[in-house]
Parts: sequence; C-alpha cells; structure tokens
Amino acid sequence: MARLKFLCDANRCIDCNACVTACKNEHDVPWGINRRRVVTINDGKPGERSVSMACMHCTNAPCAAVCPVDCFHATDDGLVLHSKEICIGCGYCFYACPFGAPQFPQATNFGSRGKMDKCTYCAGGPDADLSEAEYVRYGSNRLAEGKLPLCAEMCSTKALLAGDGEIIAQIYKERVVTRGYGSGAWGWKTAYGETITVT
Amino acid sequence: MTHGLNRIRALVVMIALAVACLPAMTGPAGAQEAGAQAVNPTAMSVQADDLLQQEGKLQGYLAQPDPKLAVLEQPQGRQWRVFHESWLPWGAGILILAVVLLLGGVYLVKGPIQADEVSGIKILRFNVFERFTHWLTAVSFIILALSGINYIFGKRYLMPLIGPDAFGTLSQWGKYAHNYLAWPFMLGVLFMIVVWVKDNFPKRGVDWAWLKAGGGVFNNTHPSAGRFNAGQKLIFWWVALAGIVMSVTGIMLLFPFAAFGVNGMQITQVVHSVVGFLFIAVIIFHIYIGTLGMEGAYDAMGSGEVDVAWARAHHDLWVEEQLRR
Repeated sequence: MARLKFLCDANRCIDCNACVTACKNEHDVPWGINRRRVVTINDGKPGERSVSMACMHCTNAPCAAVCPVDCFHATDDGLVLHSKEICIGCGYCFYACPFGAPQFPQATNFGSRGKMDKCTYCAGGPDADLSEAEYVRYGSNRLAEGKLPLCAEMCSTKALLAGDGEIIAQIYKERVVTRGYGSGAWGWKTAYGETITVT
Repeated sequence: MTHGLNRIRALVVMIALAVACLPAMTGPAGAQEAGAQAVNPTAMSVQADDLLQQEGKLQGYLAQPDPKLAVLEQPQGRQWRVFHESWLPWGAGILILAVVLLLGGVYLVKGPIQADEVSGIKILRFNVFERFTHWLTAVSFIILALSGINYIFGKRYLMPLIGPDAFGTLSQWGKYAHNYLAWPFMLGVLFMIVVWVKDNFPKRGVDWAWLKAGGGVFNNTHPSAGRFNAGQKLIFWWVALAGIVMSVTGIMLLFPFAAFGVNGMQITQVVHSVVGFLFIAVIIFHIYIGTLGMEGAYDAMGSGEVDVAWARAHHDLWVEEQLRR
C-alpha cells in the first residue's frame, strides 16, 4: 500500500501561487480559507526560498491527537481526513498543527469558527465517494477518480510533488544528484519523522 | 551642422550625468557585497532542517492577508500536544479524583459538621442581590466546568458510551454553552467582587487565629470570625483572581489570534485549562462545605436567612455587629 505524501522542492518553487489558485477553484473553497499557501522564507534576501505548504498528512498526526471529538481518521494510504459532521470548530487542531493547515470559515464571532476545513489530498471526506454531500463539504474527490492532487499535478515547475512517498523521494533524490544541491524536504522530519538524505 | 552640435552636447550632458550618478550607484552595490559575505547566496546555502533548528520555527512572507499563516512550521505544537494529551488529562484527573476521595473520606469518617443548637430565630445573611449574584456565577460555572471537562475527558469516557455522532452533537452544544455562558459568569464574578470585597479584606488577629485553629474543624471549636471567616476569604480571593484569569484567557480564546500568534494561543490555552481545573477542585471543596459538609450552611445561600444560634457559633463578630445596629 502506498503512503501518500507531499514534497515541495524549494529550489524549484517560483512562488507563482498557481497551486493555491488551482486548489481554491477545484474545491470551491470559500473566501478566506487557504487549504494551500506559499510561504517565502528570507523574502528579498540572499537565500530566498518559497515553499508551498498545505496539510502534510502527518504520521501520528497531532491534529487527530488533540481533537476533543476525535473527528479525524487516517486512510489506508496514510491520509489524514476529518468529518465535518463531528467537528465542533474548537480550533485545537490549529494550535497543534506544525504547518498551520486547519482553516476556519470565521475567524472570531465568540469562537464560533464553523467547521474546520483543510487539504484533503483531493480525497474528499467520510461521505460516499463522489457524492454531492462530499463535494459540498470537502470538495472534489480526485483520488476516487484515479487522479492525484491538482496542486501538484498542475505545478508549472514540478516543484510540488504528490504521490507515494518512496517514489517522490526518489525523484527528489535524482534531482539533487543531477543539479548538485537541494534545500531538503521541507517539513518531512516534523510530519513523517524522516528526512531525505542524498548520498 | 547645428544639428550635429546639439547631438554632441546632449551626449556630453548624458556622460556627465552618468558620471555624477556613479558614486550613488556604487554605494549600495558596495554595501550589498559586504552583506553578501555574511550570507552565502549560493543555491546550496539554504537547508530546511538547519533553518528550522536555528530559528526554532519557520516563518516568512505570505501573499494572503493572514499573518498566522505566514508561519510555515512551528514545532512548539508538539509540546502543546504533549501537554494537552498527557500532562493535562493525567494531572487534572488525579487532582479531581484526589479532592473527591479526600472529601468523601472526611464525610464518611467524620461526618458533617453539626449545627450545635437551634434558636428558631432567623437572621438575614445574604440579601436577594447577593444570592442572585452567587447563583448566576454558580450555575454558569457548573455548566462551564462540565463543558470544559468534556473537552478533555469527553472523548475518553463519554464517546465510547454514546457513539461519535451523538457525542459530536453534544460537544457542539457544549461548546456553544461554554462560549455563551462565559459572559454571565464574567458578569457574576464582577458583581461578586463588587458586593463582597469590603467584607473580605484580611483582618489582623482574627483571620490568622482562625487559620491556626484550622477553622476549628479538628477540635470541634468555633474560632472567632467576622462576616466571612479566613477560609471563606481565601475562597473569595481565589474566585476573584482565578475568575479574572479565566475571563481574560477565555476572551483571548473566544477571539483567537486577535492579540497573539499561534504560540501565544497555545500558552493561553494552557493557562486557561490549568487554572480551570484548579478552579474546579476548589469549587468542589466549596460545594461540599456549603451542602453536605456543614449543617445549616446551605440556608445562607438558599433562603438567605440563617439561625441566629448557627450564626453566633460560626460568625460571632458579624452577629455582634449586626445586633449592635
């Protein structure tokens, strides 16, 4: 069974934000919610790097651990999905998440933030695959259609990779060997407890 | 001819301008070179893991207008998780169980503190507004406490009993209750401070003697006390201070990211939950003393009137003061 992961090659990311836009469009994400975003480190300075970040679908996910209603579940592919029917919008997952992935439709209003929304790896949620209810709550389910996440699929520089963790790690290793450098697999140590070492 | 002259003149002016600009251009360029020696600009220089280790967290520039999302990676979430999923449930569980067991033991071994004698004459101890303030705070506190406990222990003990869907619905209502009943609670704490602060300043001699005698619980005496004895004063000051801490941190949690970033929110939640459980432990003790633990005590907050003999035994200085009027 594949272990699906994301990997952003920061030496390729050009901060075009197309992944962000594609995600918003594909899933009809409401205004103000950013399932994926691009953060630029050292902006305008030497050593500037841009990293596209969304839910990393962590191993032993912190969001799932701290959820007071246990609305998260891990799929066989290692994805971390959640049920908006059970979610109470307490915001704990955002405090625990290392990557700022959980999003809420309302920021304040006496803490009524609405149901948490985050990257589903284009895999929908606990509702029936490709159903209307699933689309409304979680967006489209490309995985059920046999496709990979749209953000990575349409990335113009192929900086963002999605797929079986071992395969994308291999692609990244080959790139690092070929070009002679690489800034590393951003967030992998935190998310999966491992890094990609190129020897 | 004049045309050609003009051209040469224009060229001369341009060269002169360019020369004049040279120092201005080399200035910043020179500075950049000096700066570049401190930072290695080559493609190999930036390593994700090194950056994270240096800074403790990663943050940068973000196109979206949401500063909290500019944090790329914050490993402090892990510490918060450890607090929230092991220290807090274990600490709070042991604390609450210990208090309940202790009071249960005291009740079984020693039994309630008896009301010594009954005179049949009543004296007003708490007026309508004082009782309203007490019960406003008390009722909202109990619901806040139960819904707060649910955040930590619900998924561990309640969810296996009633199933995830029913538990999700219940917790959703619990969260609404927690968010909205916070306001009457804060109002109640405020009223309490206003109406009772004057009777709760420590009184030289009396309070210390009361505390040294352990409130008279162990040798069945009644050390002197004013309107509130030293134990009640401690409860008052605890409720006032913890109430303010809970209110301030609670408002921070109700309006997330208004004042703090994500790490500040984590610390706020830690303070809110730790003080919250200490608050619950103190209030369990308070409820025990006010109901099961002492005969005659409940009337003070129930009807507002207590027996003069009971009052004379427990709050002698206050009764004297009342009768002098």
